[in-house]
Amino acid sequence: MVQAINRAMFEAMRADPNVLVLGEDVGVNGGVFRATEGLQKEFGPDRVLDTPLSETGIVGTAVGMALYGLKPVAEIQFVDFIYPAFDQIVSEIAKFRYRSGGQYPCHVVIRSPYGGGIKGGLYHSQSPEAYFAHTAGLKVVIPSTPADAKGLLLSAIFDDDPVLFLEPKRIYRAVTGEVPDGDHRVQIGQAATVRPGSDVSVFAYGAMMPPALQAAETLAAEGISAEVVDLRSLVPLDEAAVLASVEKTGRAVIVHEAPRFCGFGAELSAILAEKALYSLKAPVVRVTGYDTPFPYALESLYLPGADRIAHAVRATARAA
Amino acid sequence: MADATTSSGAASSSIPADLAAETLPSLYRTMVLARVMDERCLSLQRQGRIGFYVPLQGQEAAQVACAWALDAADWVFPAYRELGVALVRGVPVKLLLDQFIGNSGDEMKGRQMPNHYGYRRFKFVTASSPVGTQISHAVGTAMAARRRGDAICTIAFFGDGTTSSNDFHAGLNFAGVYRAPTLFFCQNNQWAISLPRERQTASETLAMKASAYGFPGVVVDGTDVHAVYRVVREARRRALAGEGPTLIEAQVYRLGPHSTSDDPRRYRSDAELAQWKERDPIARLKHELLTLGLVTEESDQKVWEAAKELVGAALKEAEATAPVDPRTMFDDVFARPTPALEEQRRAMDGLLKEGVVRP
Repeated sequence: MVQAINRAMFEAMRADPNVLVLGEDVGVNGGVFRATEGLQKEFGPDRVLDTPLSETGIVGTAVGMALYGLKPVAEIQFVDFIYPAFDQIVSEIAKFRYRSGGQYPCHVVIRSPYGGGIKGGLYHSQSPEAYFAHTAGLKVVIPSTPADAKGLLLSAIFDDDPVLFLEPKRIYRAVTGEVPDGDHRVQIGQAATVRPGSDVSVFAYGAMMPPALQAAETLAAEGISAEVVDLRSLVPLDEAAVLASVEKTGRAVIVHEAPRFCGFGAELSAILAEKALYSLKAPVVRVTGYDTPFPYALESLYLPGADRIAHAVRATARAA
Repeated sequence: MADATTSSGAASSSIPADLAAETLPSLYRTMVLARVMDERCLSLQRQGRIGFYVPLQGQEAAQVACAWALDAADWVFPAYRELGVALVRGVPVKLLLDQFIGNSGDEMKGRQMPNHYGYRRFKFVTASSPVGTQISHAVGTAMAARRRGDAICTIAFFGDGTTSSNDFHAGLNFAGVYRAPTLFFCQNNQWAISLPRERQTASETLAMKASAYGFPGVVVDGTDVHAVYRVVREARRRALAGEGPTLIEAQVYRLGPHSTSDDPRRYRSDAELAQWKERDPIARLKHELLTLGLVTEESDQKVWEAAKELVGAALKEAEATAPVDPRTMFDDVFARPTPALEEQRRAMDGLLKEGVVRP
């Protein structure tokens, strides 16, 4: 997947001289995960900027560039370090178009690896998408396959709105797949029904997709047909796809690795309660990280895995 | 107070052209207009005709002379107290009053509280309330303009309190590293709401902080239009010559409250205020104009009356402008509303039509 992300940036920078990349260690070093490898060599240090160590500065400078018409792609090395830039993202990027009455669009893309499963402990494992999904004016996109990573990132770079692009670093290399060449785009705001099914809908995104699919495979052998939907974009949310799936199956399990309380699953759950209650045959179930900071030694227990997901789907499928 | 001395104390070398004497009356008229509008807006807020107001009294010379030294193509990144700058940029008084009222003439579409305005055609970027966030924007825009080969500079406005923010540090540090063609114009008005300048930082001056970022910092008497103009011209020359950014500390005094929600008598003395009132920048320039024979007491009276008439007429027009259309609430969140926003717009529309809610 990390190669697909890299290809997307090459593609975008070749296509449009306004696209530039900035962040810590993104130039000479090619990024700590190598996502920006080779970019500085091809496009030079003026288009691939190694910045001082300041997330506030990276994002704030990107805002200024975007106001002038450039298309900056800012990298935050780990999303756990995005909080110094929270003010810039929430107060500035997300509100610029609105507060100026449409005079100043602010199309910054912020790429950042997120999530657990790499022995990263408290500060290299977080999944803070809900903070950002709660912010009006910001798109939040999370791919789970290499093809989607390329297609969604290219769409994000050429979008008219700011996009927070969260990359599931746990599957940067673990998940492989064919990636279309050239200007491959995947439209932001469309979920993908990755595995059709009839008994239970499983909603997941990012690094939770592989265990969700594995659980569906296990359950198929037991005669339970799980439909697995990859949300791909939290904002805008493909609500129609979510509702259509639950109207079909009548049962829903929501999976994310972020803590449960006020997590994105709470929003999905509320939407189902408001708009699909009469289709539901069983309570909506959330399989999530726990409401603790992210634990280092016990991360495999903290993170939803295929067994935990299968367990929840099984119970939901059997609930009267 | 030093005039145009660098943070190391050495006199600034090449001083560019001074303000021409014939421009002084025009500059003075803009300062008077800012003062008149300020006083009118304070009273409008007390009468409940606008929701809030942030006055600039005491800072007119710093703002107007600074803006005078810029090019129309330069990009301004204001904080929320830059009325004098906005007037120099050419923003019509009526448009500003539309914003303070939040009516359908407001180009912010009634979304921001008063003073948080911006106009792309005047290269005056829409302000926000968090202090200092605009500093790194100015740096990024300067870098983008240089990349495009556009010979402009950007300028960020902020106050003494903002020098404590992480955005100040991040922005100035980036500007130094990338030698951005950016001017940092700090109006040190001595008070960040209730916190006096000496408790904001232990640094001797605010300008000296520039040394840490590798570029010059200059202290200037912000009540002296000539000094401010010279310093800004020089900083602009440096920026365009590729010599990098400059931090300018214009020493002024906030004669009024921080905002209409503030009562400065709670934290500062009448004696201090009286002392600074003697250095009122408008009185200072008027004295100079009288000495130069560029105004008389009678013609000065007319300047004030003209400003009052202008503001009065604009206010009448602004108050007669229709309110904002509630349906516009959902525009400009994104380039195109999402399905969820369209759904909320329809829901609100329904509530309005049924009379459950009123705008």
